[in-house]
Amino acid sequence: MAELTTAGALPVLEARGVSKSFPGVKALSDVSITVRAGEVHALVGENGAGKSTLIKILTGVYQCDSGELRHRGEPVTFADPRAAQAAGISTIYQELDLVPMQSAARNLYLGREPRTRLRLVDFARMRREANALLDDYQIRADVDVPLNTLGLGTQQMISVARAVALHANVVIMDEPTSSLESREVETLFGIIRRLRSEGVAIVYVSHRLDELYRICDTVSVLRDGRLVHTGPMAELPRVQLVATMLGRELQTALHRSAPGGGDRIVAGPPVLELRGLTRRNRLHDVSLEVHRGEVVGLGGLLGAGRSETGMAVLGAQELDSGAVLVEGKPIRTGSPGAAIEAGVALLPEDRKLEGILPNLSIRDNIAIAALPRMSRLGLVSDKRIDQLVEHFMARLHIRATGPGQKVSTLSGGNQQKVMLARWLCLSPRVLVLDEPTRGIDVGAKFEVRQTIDELAAEGLAVLLISSETEELVDESDRIVVLKDGAVVAVLDGDDISEHDLVQAIAAVPSPEEDPTRD
Amino acid sequence: MTSLSTAVAGTAARADRATVLRWTRDNGVYVALVLIVVYNVLFTPRFITWDNLDVQLVLCTRIVVVALGMAMVIGTAGIDLSVGAVMALSGALLVQFSGVPGVGAIALALVIGGLVGVLNGFLVGVVGIQPIVATLAFLFAGRSLAQLLLAGKNPSIHDKVILGISSGHVLGVNGLIIAALVAVGLVAFTVRRTNFGRQLLAVGDNARASYLSGVPVRRTLIGVYVLSGVLAAWAGVMDTASITSANALSSGLNYELFAITAVVVGGTPLTGGRVRVVGTVAAAILMQLLRSTLIFHSATDAVSQMVTAVVIVGAVYIQRVRARA
Repeated sequence: MAELTTAGALPVLEARGVSKSFPGVKALSDVSITVRAGEVHALVGENGAGKSTLIKILTGVYQCDSGELRHRGEPVTFADPRAAQAAGISTIYQELDLVPMQSAARNLYLGREPRTRLRLVDFARMRREANALLDDYQIRADVDVPLNTLGLGTQQMISVARAVALHANVVIMDEPTSSLESREVETLFGIIRRLRSEGVAIVYVSHRLDELYRICDTVSVLRDGRLVHTGPMAELPRVQLVATMLGRELQTALHRSAPGGGDRIVAGPPVLELRGLTRRNRLHDVSLEVHRGEVVGLGGLLGAGRSETGMAVLGAQELDSGAVLVEGKPIRTGSPGAAIEAGVALLPEDRKLEGILPNLSIRDNIAIAALPRMSRLGLVSDKRIDQLVEHFMARLHIRATGPGQKVSTLSGGNQQKVMLARWLCLSPRVLVLDEPTRGIDVGAKFEVRQTIDELAAEGLAVLLISSETEELVDESDRIVVLKDGAVVAVLDGDDISEHDLVQAIAAVPSPEEDPTRD
Repeated sequence: MTSLSTAVAGTAARADRATVLRWTRDNGVYVALVLIVVYNVLFTPRFITWDNLDVQLVLCTRIVVVALGMAMVIGTAGIDLSVGAVMALSGALLVQFSGVPGVGAIALALVIGGLVGVLNGFLVGVVGIQPIVATLAFLFAGRSLAQLLLAGKNPSIHDKVILGISSGHVLGVNGLIIAALVAVGLVAFTVRRTNFGRQLLAVGDNARASYLSGVPVRRTLIGVYVLSGVLAAWAGVMDTASITSANALSSGLNYELFAITAVVVGGTPLTGGRVRVVGTVAAAILMQLLRSTLIFHSATDAVSQMVTAVVIVGAVYIQRVRARA
C-alpha cells in the first residue's frame, strides 16, 4: 500500500498487519492503517468489510490474532475498552454508551467526577465545568436533565464533548451523523475541525459520501476484511471510491444483458406504485413504479433508504407522507397482513432477525404466511399444507432431511429458499427481495437468481434490493438508485451497465450543485 | 493422528451428550413420573387403590388447568403472573352471584377471567410492557378485588351445579378430573389444530418475523392471555367447588408459581416457540406425587419444597443445554 502523503504529522495510532478471525469467518486479514495527529481519517466499506471489527480492535473490545497496534509509536495491547480509553482513544458509537437516565453533566464526568474535600461529588463544580465545556464547543443543552430526554443529536454532541473532556488524542466516530439534523451536522463538523486543529486524530466512519469529502483528509477502504486502498481523500474521485468499496474495476464493468430480459412483458398500469414516500431522516419523496413481469432494481449504499423503501411496500415502515399502491389500491401502514392479502411479499434483508422462525420446522416456516388461506374456520389443514410444502421443497430444491427439520439447522442458502417458498406459496403479485443472495453459497445464489428470472417471466412485479452491482445489472430491467433516502438516478433498459450504476451510486454532483465542498 | 482421532471421538461424545440431553428434555418428565409411580407401588402401602389415585389426581387438577394456560403464554415467550389472583376473583364472583343459577355464575366468572386476559394482553401486545410486569399488576389487583367482593368473609356455596363439579362422578371418575380433562382437550386442540395455535408458536419463536409474515401478533398475544385468564377462572370455579366456599386470601395462592413449575418441568422452553401440553400435565402430576410421597414418608413440607426446587433447577438446566445445542 502506498504510504500516506499527508504532512509529516506524527502517527498517533497504527495497526500493523492486523488479522482477526471468528469461528468460520476471517474478519480481517493483514490490515495496516496509520492515523496521524490532526487528521480526519475516513474508514469506509460495505457491510461485512471489517470496519466494525477493526474499530473494536483499535478500542480494545477485541484483541487481534496477529499483527500489532502502536500508540504514539509504542507497541501497545489494549486488554479491554477501559485500557484504550485510558490511553486517550475515545469512541463515539452509533449506540451511545452513556448512562441515559443520568444528567448530561454526570455523563460528561462519569468516572472522574470532581470531588469536594470530603471526597463527595462536587455537583456545583461539575455543573459549572459542564456548562463551560458545552459553551466552549457551542453545544446548546441543559446539563441538568436526564440524557435520554435530550434529542439524539444533542446526546451525540455530549458524547463527543465527553471525549474532548477526557483529553482524547484519538476520537473514533462510527456513523456520527446517522441521527443528526443538517444543522446539527454543521455543529458536529465545527467540533471536528476544532479538534483537528488541536492535533486530535479522528477516525470517521460513514456511508455518506458528501460528508466524507467535506470533512475527511485521508481515506482507507476495507473490503472483505482487507485494506484495499489508503490515501488522501481529495485524490480519490467519488466514482473510484465507490468502485473500490464495491470491488468493481471500472474498466471491466461491462454491460451484460439480463437473462430472459427480452421476453419480459412490461405493459399496462403498474402493479406496484410508490408515491412520494417520506420519513424524517430516512426517506425523501421516493417514487417508483413496477409493472407486471418487470424487475426493478433498487441500488445505493448502506443507509441509502433501500430497506426502508422495501418495508414501506409491506406497510411495515412508518411514513410521514406518501402512499404505496398495489394494483391501484393503497396499502395501509402498520399491517403487513393486509399488504400480504393485497398480494405483496417481502423477503427481508436480515434473514435471522426478520425472516426465519429458527426453532420451528421447514413446514411451519413455509406455511406461516399462508395459514389464513389454507384453513377453514381457523382450523389447520395439515394435508393441504403438506402438499404445498412438498411442492415448493421440490421446486426450489430445498435440501433437508424432511419437512420436519428445524430451520436453524439448514444452511444459509436453504434457509433463503425456505423464505422464498413462504412467499411463493401465496402466489404474490409483488415480490420485494432485500439482498436475496447475501450470505449464501454460490450454488444457492445461482438458484435464487434463476428463480427471480422465472418469477418475473411468470408476470410478477419484482423489486430487487441488492448491494451487488453485478446482480442488480444482470437481473434488473430498470434500476432506481437511492442516496440519503432520495432517488438520485433511474437507469433504464439497455443503458444499464455496472459502470453507470457505480457512477450513479457515487452520485457525483455537478460543480454548481456542490457548494458544500470545502 | 492420535490427537485427530481423539478430537473425532470427542466430537462424537459431544454429539451423543447433546442427543441424550435432548431426549432427557423431551421425555425426562415421563421417566420421572414412571419412576415415582414404581417407587410408590413398591414402598408405599395402599398406593394402588382407586381412592388414592383419585385423591392424588384431584389434588393436581387445578394446577393442570392453570398450567395449560401458562404453557400457551410461555409459548409466546411471555408469562402470566395474574392467574392465582384470577382464581381467587373467580371464586368470589361465584359466591356473590350464586343467586343466579350456577351456570350463569360460572359463565360470569369465565368472562371476567377473559377480560383480565384482555387487559394483560393489551398491556403486553399493544402497549409493549414486559409480560412479567404487565401481569404483576393484576396479581395484586385481582386478589384485592376478591377481598372487596367478599368483605372479609368466607361464604359457603350451596349451588348444586357448582358443587356437582367436585362431588359428581362420571363412570367413577371425579368431576374435577373430568373438568381438567376438558381443558386438556381444548388446549391440545387449540395448540395443534388451529391457526391460532400455529401463530402463537411463531410469535414466540420470532415475533418480528411473524409480524412481517402477516401474523396478527397483537391479536395473537391478546388471545393467549385471554385463554390463560379463562382457564385460571375455570380453575377458580373448580377450587371453589372443591372447598365449597370462597376464600379471597388462600384460593389460588402461589398458583402462578406452581403453574410455571409444571410448564418448565414439562419441557416447555421459557424462550417461547414451543408448547408441551401432555408434558405439562405429566409434570403437574409428577410434582403432586413427589410432594405426597415425601409427606407420606414423613418428610416435612419444607423438605418437599426443597425437592421441588431441585427438580426445577434440573429442568431449567436441561433447557439451557437445549438453548446452546
